[in-house]
Amino acid sequence: MAVKAGKSTRFRSYSRQRWVDSGEGVVRLKTKVIRRRRGEKAPRKDPGPRPLPRPQIPRNPWKPQPFGTYHGEFGRLEATRLLNRAGFGPRPGQAEQLAKMGMKKAVLSLTRPQGQAKLIGPEPVDGDGLPLAPFDSWGHDHLWWLDRMVRTDQPFRERMALVFHDWFATSNSGVSQQRQMIDQYWTLRAGVNGTFDDLVVQITKDPAMLQWLSGGDNTKWSPNENYARELMELFTLGADRGAYTEDDIREAARALTGWTYDWDDDLGAINFRFDPEYHDDETKKIFSSKGNWDWRDVCRLCVTHELHASFFVDKLWSYFVPAAPSKDTRQALIRLYLKNDREILPVVEAILMHPDFYRGPSMVKPPVVFNASLLRALKLPVNTDAWAWLGEGAGQQLFLPPNVAGWDDERWLDTSTVRARWLMVTYALDSRHFEAWDDSYREKESVREAVNRALAAYGWPALRSDHQNELVSMAGRISPYIQEDWQRRPYLAMRQNALLQLIASCPDFQLS
Amino acid sequence: MNTGRCCSNYTRSNFLRSAAAKAGSGLPGIEPGMPVPAGTGLTRRGFIAGAAGLAVAVYAAGKTPLPLFEDGIAEAAQSDRILVSIFLDGGADTLSLLAPVGHSRYHDLRPVLALDESEGTPFSEDPSLHWHPSAAAIAQLHSEGKVTVFPAVGYDGANQSHFTSRHFWEVGELETDTRTGWMGRYIDLAGSDNNPLQGLSLSNTLAPALATHDKPVAAVEGVTDYDLWSWTDAPVSDEMFKSFKRMGSMKSESPALRDSRKAIRATNIIRESLESFGDFESPVTYPDARLGQQLSGLAALLGAGMPLHCVSVSADGAYDTHSDQKQEFDGAVKATSDSILAFQRDLEARGLQDRVLMQVWSEFGRRPEENGSAGTDHGAAGVAMIIGSKARGQMVGEFPGLVNLDEDDNLRHTSDFRAMYCSLLEDWFGHDAAPIIPGAANFARPVLLK
Repeated sequence: MAVKAGKSTRFRSYSRQRWVDSGEGVVRLKTKVIRRRRGEKAPRKDPGPRPLPRPQIPRNPWKPQPFGTYHGEFGRLEATRLLNRAGFGPRPGQAEQLAKMGMKKAVLSLTRPQGQAKLIGPEPVDGDGLPLAPFDSWGHDHLWWLDRMVRTDQPFRERMALVFHDWFATSNSGVSQQRQMIDQYWTLRAGVNGTFDDLVVQITKDPAMLQWLSGGDNTKWSPNENYARELMELFTLGADRGAYTEDDIREAARALTGWTYDWDDDLGAINFRFDPEYHDDETKKIFSSKGNWDWRDVCRLCVTHELHASFFVDKLWSYFVPAAPSKDTRQALIRLYLKNDREILPVVEAILMHPDFYRGPSMVKPPVVFNASLLRALKLPVNTDAWAWLGEGAGQQLFLPPNVAGWDDERWLDTSTVRARWLMVTYALDSRHFEAWDDSYREKESVREAVNRALAAYGWPALRSDHQNELVSMAGRISPYIQEDWQRRPYLAMRQNALLQLIASCPDFQLS
Repeated sequence: MNTGRCCSNYTRSNFLRSAAAKAGSGLPGIEPGMPVPAGTGLTRRGFIAGAAGLAVAVYAAGKTPLPLFEDGIAEAAQSDRILVSIFLDGGADTLSLLAPVGHSRYHDLRPVLALDESEGTPFSEDPSLHWHPSAAAIAQLHSEGKVTVFPAVGYDGANQSHFTSRHFWEVGELETDTRTGWMGRYIDLAGSDNNPLQGLSLSNTLAPALATHDKPVAAVEGVTDYDLWSWTDAPVSDEMFKSFKRMGSMKSESPALRDSRKAIRATNIIRESLESFGDFESPVTYPDARLGQQLSGLAALLGAGMPLHCVSVSADGAYDTHSDQKQEFDGAVKATSDSILAFQRDLEARGLQDRVLMQVWSEFGRRPEENGSAGTDHGAAGVAMIIGSKARGQMVGEFPGLVNLDEDDNLRHTSDFRAMYCSLLEDWFGHDAAPIIPGAANFARPVLLK
């Protein structure tokens, strides 16, 4: 609508509003102030109904790039990818905000946030409206962390904790108290700001890990290989690379002896400590070097092993980019890691700034990331227990990875987990859907208005053209069913619900 | 369609309740280092009550036409043979399941864990071995000639990593990079483009052994409650699902998008197939074990004529018994064995026993010498079984004894799991093993069937 705005005597200005498509999934109303000469007639122009955003056209095939910093366009789409992979998806408007900073500043704003992390919004509650009991109730630990993912203003910290939870996968199924898993969470969360050496040391003496991989039962009289094996195979060196032998595992198990604990019939395993009595004080030979090694030596020998840096880089990269790095990139990341004495953050930052991160293929969001991104997009709090068992159904219940190798990132989607993701959307819409049968929905709504309204509810997620066209088609197919007056409001309300369901259930929302 | 008399409902809530009961029951008796359930205030039951809104009415099978019947896929499958792969997760201890009580070294190696010679039923084919008392149900089936035992199955250069060894078994070759499962490759060659039930994991994620290159397969945790609930009703919901289905077959420019579409497409077919599959009755009583509940649902699906072909399921319990082995092992073996027996009886009651074969396996056996935590560490050769009315009932490879162990002091294998796969593919499915199992020509085929 053209409106009078100016006061000038010679010139009168008026503003003209029009719809501008960013080309990145969102259309905004732009206001332009126009001056006109006295006597000139002000043109009347209505911006008209909001058009649908121009849908996204898939990118061209891509191949791994040499090491370097991404210099391409950094807009809303790239910022969304960054938030999806280094955090838990954008809150409405957050991607635009980040895009304005430019790529480097955007990455650093995530990886090097100022001050203490804050949780913004209402405290989480369970289905009865009661505070969570993450130390005691089944699934409340999942809800507790999910809430942190949703509400934090430092999502990168939480995302790296999730990466390390998968990396050093420990499960409640082998730990006597949920509290010990949450204590481990804090260790993992702090990990990204230090060296990998330190993280391995911390995790090796972590009470949950000492239970999970039998480190606390490993004594000089009866060495237990469980932790020694996984430390090498899954945490630091990798299987079948010629990095270690079965003898190395047995010797390392001897060196790792000495950790013990007390048993309490109510609390389970408590009072973890190193007791020299339990430690094998003889010479061991690990990776061809002999010495009277202890648990700290084993950690050091593993992270200083010549095949560790490449393992670390490959594994870390795989959390962020779903295709192997070029040789050049891999070598450069290894050098960076070693140059910084195995500090973790510089390597993560280099990956987040790499061209492959922005131009490489899509990844499937892990279920808990999907769940958190859904709640963030819809601005919903954690207020139902359903997220815990839906997380389990979707293949990712926090603090309960399937085994010590963590979750299989290449197999998130099948008929069971897709169903659970669908139900996550249904549950999220519990408070955001429209009632069909109380005649409260609007009486008239064009297809375009309906689709726009549903997209707006999610903060304008950018959709592929195939998907957006399908939404338009679906909305259009409902109209012929409306033949009687009583059908109008209920069918339009359900149409809106169907659009809301499909937007978050379509592949675009599953991917990052 | 065959429905029996007594009732064994299998719903998600039952399933979770039983899991909760099982988890909670372990708590007071937990010993140091034993895998234990989390939390003391187990409140799963409360969750389920809160989730009751999700439970929609289910209808008797056949009330609405199933797409797989409409397409003729189900009819074509009526005479198909079915393989049910049952995985003992963690590396089951062979020397407890079939305890070599007649071998003198056994008692030296297992001062704490050894079975006494008076315990368990002698294994008729080699009386120096005794069935573990908790495996009485399997012993029963064996006495009926329905169990073909591999007392020491493995492969050269046994890998003692759970993940690597399990992966080898899943993909049917000793390659770490293979991304399709051995049954998945069979489905790729012999399966349908439109029937995800042909490769069914009874779990909330797909079993890697069923991973295909492109043919659809499915994972279903509970067969009676597979619904996609929404805030819509017909006719709007019909149009919504039509669009969801289309999103499953649009073009994809990345592997992740392709996977996403493939899963959506299969999800929609399973939804259409199972949404009308309601509560069922089993002709036999199953033990209160997760595996039993899953197998009872499976028998009902087969009874309803669903076009299943390869099925994968994990048995109860954790077999990675590094410490306090008896506590975990005995219960797990009992739950697994009793469930298998009930399933076999169910199939017999439904007249399906000649079409179904079970294959029980684990990624490796455990080390003959027990460790100091009353447990056992990772070993090499393990035990596998082929179970069913058509099973030959004669062991494949002998028990190698405990005197001549391998260089890591582990049991040597006397049969190869890939040879077992070759025989299953050729004799059970009637399909050449060569394009599915690399190096198939090198394996002598054990006789598994009658």
